Amino acid sequence: MSELRAQLNEWRAAIARRIPPAPWIIGGKWSRVLVALGIAFMIVLPFFFSTASGFMNATIIALAYVVMALGLNVVVGFAGLLDLGFVAFYAFGAYAVGWFGSSFFFDSHVSVLSSAPAGSIGIHLNFVLILVCAVIITSIAGVIIGLPTLRLRGDYIAIVTLAFGEIVGTLAVNGSSIHLGGGETLTAGSQGISALDLPYFPGVAKFSLLSLRPWYWLILTIVVIVLFVVRRIRDSRLGRAWIALREDEIAAVSMGIPLVRTKLLAYAIGAAFGGISGVFLGDFDQTVNASQFQFSFSIFVLSMVIVGGLGSIGGAVLGALLISYINYYLIPDVLNTVPHDFGLNFDLTDLSIGIFGFLLVLVMVLRPQGLFPEQRRKLELAGAVAAEQTELAEPSSGSVTGG
Amino acid sequence: MGSWGLVIALLALPVYYGLHDLIHGYQIGYLHGHPVIHHDLSQLGFNLLEGLSNGAIWALIAIGYTLVYGIIELINFAHGDVFTMGSFTAVALWGALGVTVTTGPLGLVLGLALTLIITMLVSGSLNVLIERVAYRPLRNAPKLAPLITAVGFSFVLENVGLVWLGGNPVSVSDLVRQGDKVFNISGVIVHRGDVLAIGLMIPLVLALNWFVNRTAPGRAMRATAQDPEAARLMGINVDHTISLAFMLGGMLAGAAGLVYALYETNVWFFQGFQAGLFAFTAAVMGGIGNIRGAVLGGLIIGIVQQLADFRLGAQWTEAVIFLYLILVMVLRPRGLLGEETREAG
Repeated sequence: MSELRAQLNEWRAAIARRIPPAPWIIGGKWSRVLVALGIAFMIVLPFFFSTASGFMNATIIALAYVVMALGLNVVVGFAGLLDLGFVAFYAFGAYAVGWFGSSFFFDSHVSVLSSAPAGSIGIHLNFVLILVCAVIITSIAGVIIGLPTLRLRGDYIAIVTLAFGEIVGTLAVNGSSIHLGGGETLTAGSQGISALDLPYFPGVAKFSLLSLRPWYWLILTIVVIVLFVVRRIRDSRLGRAWIALREDEIAAVSMGIPLVRTKLLAYAIGAAFGGISGVFLGDFDQTVNASQFQFSFSIFVLSMVIVGGLGSIGGAVLGALLISYINYYLIPDVLNTVPHDFGLNFDLTDLSIGIFGFLLVLVMVLRPQGLFPEQRRKLELAGAVAAEQTELAEPSSGSVTGG
Repeated sequence: MGSWGLVIALLALPVYYGLHDLIHGYQIGYLHGHPVIHHDLSQLGFNLLEGLSNGAIWALIAIGYTLVYGIIELINFAHGDVFTMGSFTAVALWGALGVTVTTGPLGLVLGLALTLIITMLVSGSLNVLIERVAYRPLRNAPKLAPLITAVGFSFVLENVGLVWLGGNPVSVSDLVRQGDKVFNISGVIVHRGDVLAIGLMIPLVLALNWFVNRTAPGRAMRATAQDPEAARLMGINVDHTISLAFMLGGMLAGAAGLVYALYETNVWFFQGFQAGLFAFTAAVMGGIGNIRGAVLGGLIIGIVQQLADFRLGAQWTEAVIFLYLILVMVLRPRGLLGEETREAG
């Protein structure tokens, strides 16, 4: 036994040597102080800007995309299931607020803890209840999208999820001709469901379309909660099971990891975060329009996760902030007229999809681990290269690697 | 269930609509204020014919997916956009050559033949370039990486198309007068467009089949598809062989782009997205890696598309095709003619 224990300790020490502490992580209570300072800074941030500043608007959208990216990171980064249909969950989340937070279903007269007076037309649930509905709907949708992909791997999963996203998009567009009886339809198609209820929290904050601050604090709260949850899930048994499946499915299953449940949970949990973000974005945009739910949205969110670093929580956050700011602030507000300065007759916004495509290619070719990679994946990539080099140098002793 | 489930799913739509036409009939117009109802299969025949013409285009694109996937197991996501670029190049070329609706038959044939050859070369080279820049550096990277660069390149090409011809579909001159009647097979009228699409697809596929099965580079391609490592040991230049597969796939996509522009008489920067997905569905349905399968799958997808367009309304077509894609994945991931692969066991 003592030999085994000694061996174990040796392995642990070897692992500790191979994973150097990230330089920006300060151990112990100082990290908590830093986190607290960071949150405090984020809370007071809106006071430095006017209530309707373009930068705050971009920040709110960026934070909503952080939630979206964290959700996709669960599916693609943790579990390694390439999901190209994430837009479906955005759509379901946005429709949750369209259905349950407006007068869209005009035959119903339901109002639960919402700003709308009792008896008003439509279904009006409190924002939190809408979030719960969205989580339920998107989790179910996540499981449905996951089921046909269970037997498949890699590229095929990507295509099936893409197909699912496109079907949901088509349903959203054509939903205005799907009648639910009594003149009500499933969606309002490209007309859009508008005049959505503003979030309502009695006695806390008053939401209006004029001041961005309450919206900012709401999404900040959601981001902090989601970050906490995602971190806890990653380090839990489930999170480790995802990573094991991602690394080697056969080995993981033979170690007793339940394949079906683990994969479906990844889809469901990732989808739920997408739904939460969808509710917020739908409400913030004040319209749920079928033409928003396009394939390019899935790629937009995927590029955040990729650029940040697959599987890395910090990477997903920073990638989402970076790309949202580029797309919603830098390109339209700051750099849009640059081509005109060079005498060219187009706006930079005309090139935004191309810029993202190019960014994806560039990051993948130059830095496939992303800008802020997860420690484990960084080691894998470095390890693979090292192993290859050793093999090339001494073909006869390919097994001697690491140490 | 496997392949039979898939076959039943595929036959469901045509059989249903055929029976519907026979039993309930369909209205062809009014005579003295009364609707005229016919009870025969000519309307279904018309759908099938139009479907085959569409399918010929999808088949040409699907072969590109299947060639590339067969060799390096990568979904060349940018392939649909190579097809778009083929259409755009063709339109620009015949404009530059001065081919218009008033050109005489000889000039038209020569001009279009030249356009076809140059378009095929341009699209093929574009595809090779994409492989060189976006896929080759990642050949040993995790499988996710090249798929993502593929999507990235697809976006870049779409943006090129957007800047080139603008955001809306652009109608182009109907050079071959594709709607003219050629002959009539028991009530089903065959148009010039149908003859063009099917008539160009068949020789190209036969030529490709000959190339892959009868020539030395073709043998190298088949060997590389089977086992790249062993092929390399046998002295095959794997990099060249992969480039060749991209070249051939791109050339066929370019040909499809020309046919599409002549047949649909409009081009759009986003046409390749849907076309690419339809063609990919076709390649998977036929059995990816299998050229005959890609053609079969292309024709089937064309028919499904036409039935959905004509009977359900074009706004549902995409959803129907994608439903079929998911059905294939669930019922028989290896497709109708395919063998087991690492991806789909």
